[in-house]
Amino acid sequence: MANIAAPALRRALSNLLLAVAAAVLILPVWFALVASSYNGADFLAGHVGLWFGKHGLATYQAVITGHGIVAMALPNIGRALVTSTIMALLITIGKIAISLPSAFAVTYFRFPLRGFWFALIFVTLLLPIEVRIVPTFQVAANFHMLNSFTGLTLPLIASATATFLFRQTFLSIPEELTEAARLDGASPMRFFIDIIIPMSRTSIAALTVILFIYGWNQYLWPLLVTTKTSWSTIVMVIGRLSQTAAEGDPVWNYTMATALLALVPPVFVVVAMQRLFVRGLTEMEK
Amino acid sequence: MFNRMKILLAGAAMALVATNVQAAPIKIQWWHAMNGVLGTDVDKLAHDFNASQTKYEIDPVFKGTYPQILTGAIAAFRAHQQPAIIQVFEVGTATMMAAKGAVYPVYQLMKDTGQAFDPKSYLQAVTSYYSDANGNMLSMPFNSSTPVTYINKTLFKKAGLDPSKTPTTWPEVEADAKKLRAAGVACGFTTAWPSWVLVENFNAIHNLPLGTMDNGFGGLGTRLDFNNPLELRMWTDLAKWEKTKIYDYGGRADTAYAKFASGQCGIMMESSASRASVLASKIDFGMGPLPYWPDVKGAPLNSIIGGATLWVLKGVPKEQYKGVAAFFAYLSQPKVQAWWHQNTGYLPITTAAYDLSKSEGYYAKNPGADVAIKQMTRGTPTANSRGLRFGSFVQIRDIIEGNLEQVVAGKKTPKQGLDDAVTQGNALLAQFQSANQ
Amino acid sequence: MIAKRVTFKRTGLPLALLAPQLAVTVVFFLWPTFVALKQSLYSSDAFGLREVFSGLANYRALLLHGNYPATLERSAFFAGSVTAISLVLGLVLAVMADSLGRSGRIWQALLVWPYALAPAVAGVLWAYMFDPAIGPITHALAFIGIDWNHVLNSGQAMTLIVMSAAMKQVAYNFLFYLAALQAIPKSLMEAAALDAAGPVRRLFSLIIPLIAPTTLFLLVVDLTYAFFDTFGLIDSTTYGGPGNSTTIMVYQVYKDGFIDQRFGPAAAQSMMLLLLVGALTMVQFTLVERRIDY
Repeated sequence: MANIAAPALRRALSNLLLAVAAAVLILPVWFALVASSYNGADFLAGHVGLWFGKHGLATYQAVITGHGIVAMALPNIGRALVTSTIMALLITIGKIAISLPSAFAVTYFRFPLRGFWFALIFVTLLLPIEVRIVPTFQVAANFHMLNSFTGLTLPLIASATATFLFRQTFLSIPEELTEAARLDGASPMRFFIDIIIPMSRTSIAALTVILFIYGWNQYLWPLLVTTKTSWSTIVMVIGRLSQTAAEGDPVWNYTMATALLALVPPVFVVVAMQRLFVRGLTEMEK
Repeated sequence: MFNRMKILLAGAAMALVATNVQAAPIKIQWWHAMNGVLGTDVDKLAHDFNASQTKYEIDPVFKGTYPQILTGAIAAFRAHQQPAIIQVFEVGTATMMAAKGAVYPVYQLMKDTGQAFDPKSYLQAVTSYYSDANGNMLSMPFNSSTPVTYINKTLFKKAGLDPSKTPTTWPEVEADAKKLRAAGVACGFTTAWPSWVLVENFNAIHNLPLGTMDNGFGGLGTRLDFNNPLELRMWTDLAKWEKTKIYDYGGRADTAYAKFASGQCGIMMESSASRASVLASKIDFGMGPLPYWPDVKGAPLNSIIGGATLWVLKGVPKEQYKGVAAFFAYLSQPKVQAWWHQNTGYLPITTAAYDLSKSEGYYAKNPGADVAIKQMTRGTPTANSRGLRFGSFVQIRDIIEGNLEQVVAGKKTPKQGLDDAVTQGNALLAQFQSANQ
Repeated sequence: MIAKRVTFKRTGLPLALLAPQLAVTVVFFLWPTFVALKQSLYSSDAFGLREVFSGLANYRALLLHGNYPATLERSAFFAGSVTAISLVLGLVLAVMADSLGRSGRIWQALLVWPYALAPAVAGVLWAYMFDPAIGPITHALAFIGIDWNHVLNSGQAMTLIVMSAAMKQVAYNFLFYLAALQAIPKSLMEAAALDAAGPVRRLFSLIIPLIAPTTLFLLVVDLTYAFFDTFGLIDSTTYGGPGNSTTIMVYQVYKDGFIDQRFGPAAAQSMMLLLLVGALTMVQFTLVERRIDY
């Protein structure tokens, strides 16, 4: 009897716990949404609680059109969203474009000093830009990359995470395929384009998600490498708004509205691609 | 929609090539940290200056917080990409002064460019913080303020206190705060910028040094010594008061402001420049000078300023410097200054602007707006109240506030906290000395 | 280092394929790192106008004086807490979602999205909820008698940054664990079920050992995230305070290098971070290479 009831009970319990976890995770967004529906003075008056206020429309209108927060000399939010999107896409495409061939090279070839080149690339693995940021800025400035997408993206492309993950994928591709290709007399490039890239589709999809998020979320580097307001990314705008809020100007409504708008593209990417993402991860995991 | 994308992209592309095109007016970059409404005021200043002549174009760029500007400017300077003008907060003064090869002193700039310039026309209380030992102005005062006391009149009435009287001594603050608490107000008083209010200005108005060698004006060998009996008494009281919320520590920088603006605290010590924000919060408020201990001889002396000045960097194309000088002269005009002062709540930097504001009836119409100037200019400034010149002072402030936090939270004794703040700060001063000598 | 058994023997082609990556690596990684290493051996003013060779003085000052040892300890505690919470919650949630089969799918989207959250934005969201003056959670806590004030209470400050940092990683770990669980052959699970092993025993005796490689991988990723990527988060919530109670290594570098322009000491700290990240990378590499072997 207990044995029959147990699975149903367990399912109910699992569902309940998952629901609680989902609720806790969504809580900050809920409060942000609520906060964005009030006006500035409400925060200090203690009117902002758990339920919505009446100024939601006005807040989003102000944030999206720029009217109302024009008074704050803020960069245009639409433009910042476009800048962030282009930056994130360039980082994604750039990283995949340089790491696919290099992962192919270190996995499928024997050539002089292979170990040395390999080490040279992988020494960058995981190392965040924060560690070398001042000298990196000097390099970017010397190459006249300030206020340009090159400057925003190239230094962030220089890490080996993608190469590393592609190598994992390639290592799991059966050796027989290479042998067959060689017997057929296919050139390495043919093999790369006709076999390897198609077989890495899901890995590419998974990396697209990882890299898009990585690019979108950058904060410190864009702050340094742009010297014109017009080059602001959306995360920079949020930083500026929250600074204003922390300094006593109760612009929490605008801050939260902008934060929510900034969440839409990366969350969309993650949620829309989650099935491909998981499949890609599973493949790399093997 | 798609068209707008295209326009935006085209705009981005234009921004890429714009640097290569020699536009007619000479562009001068100005990096600033003024956000919110102040950001628009900065844009208006630049816009009005640009409209007033055709040779130069000031290009104001918001570059984040003060530290971000300084770091960005240093990185840019090292890469030969620096802007002509940067806004540096008062605690960065020692860093800028030590960088002799990077900074173009304002008095020198005015002389070299032949710009008419009378150092005497500026308020001494403001400029002395930014002058060298010979009284030469090194940077251009821009946004200056000093801490004052704000009270919430509604809460004062609720507690049966006289809302027309701000507490002027610490015993009065304590008494008023106790009554506020007794009337059910969540907290008696709070302080924004804890180190600036409770240590830096506290020592200045009581004619006590913060450090040796005239608070650092005398050279890089300066060391902190503010662990004096009066400061100890203050920290001891603060720790005691925190327990009953007579005092409520509100965090670093400006975060305590929200406690006052939301009606939780009846009294707040905060920058005079926050008057505009308090006004906007619709709180019925009064303003008065900072409190002092009445048993200290000679107190209260003038308070010291905070805020930021404009520094000129070396190494930008030569033709820009004449424009910078012209812009500084424009900023100093009484009308411009008076507008800036009245509009933002920052102190006027010239006597003429102060007089103009007076004659326009500004202070009569805006009670409290002249509290800061009166407090700044009272008494005869001494070496203890002229200003501060310590290296690494941003971090020293952090250290002071970190130790104060531990004292107020009961994690350290007041004596231990004060002594630690001095010792830890001095380690940074020693490093600064060896790096800049 | 592992390679394919079957390989092509060329010289020019692989080098050409490697060239773009090598170029960016050298220009934007190796050269700046070399400059930072050099900087760590010098004492210089902020603008770099006077640079004096000082040997290991910056390192000595770092390790022997001041609060760096305490910072190391604190960073380890922070990273350890974030990692532990993220791993445990990620695994528990993944096991539950997996046990529900197809119907567990709906939870996936609801639990995965925080992965998209920028640390700086997460910081802003949490800073608002727990703002000592106006935060809605602060008000709610006061209602049940808890006085939340992370500007004075260092324990609360640490709790705040651990929670906000873990949020993103829980989502990330959940996703990886879910992928790993779905890769476990159904026959194995069914055999265990027939064995009449309870769900808890099945978790410990079967699932955890099977997904150990994923755990090790996530361990390194989580630690790296907590150690390095949390700068924006701390900079929008506690600013390292109260006292130094939430100043972790990467924030200390930021304070010394960016706020205070002490580039020598900051560069020395960067080198310490380099050592740490090097060690983590080596661990991950060894794990991954070993995993490929069997």
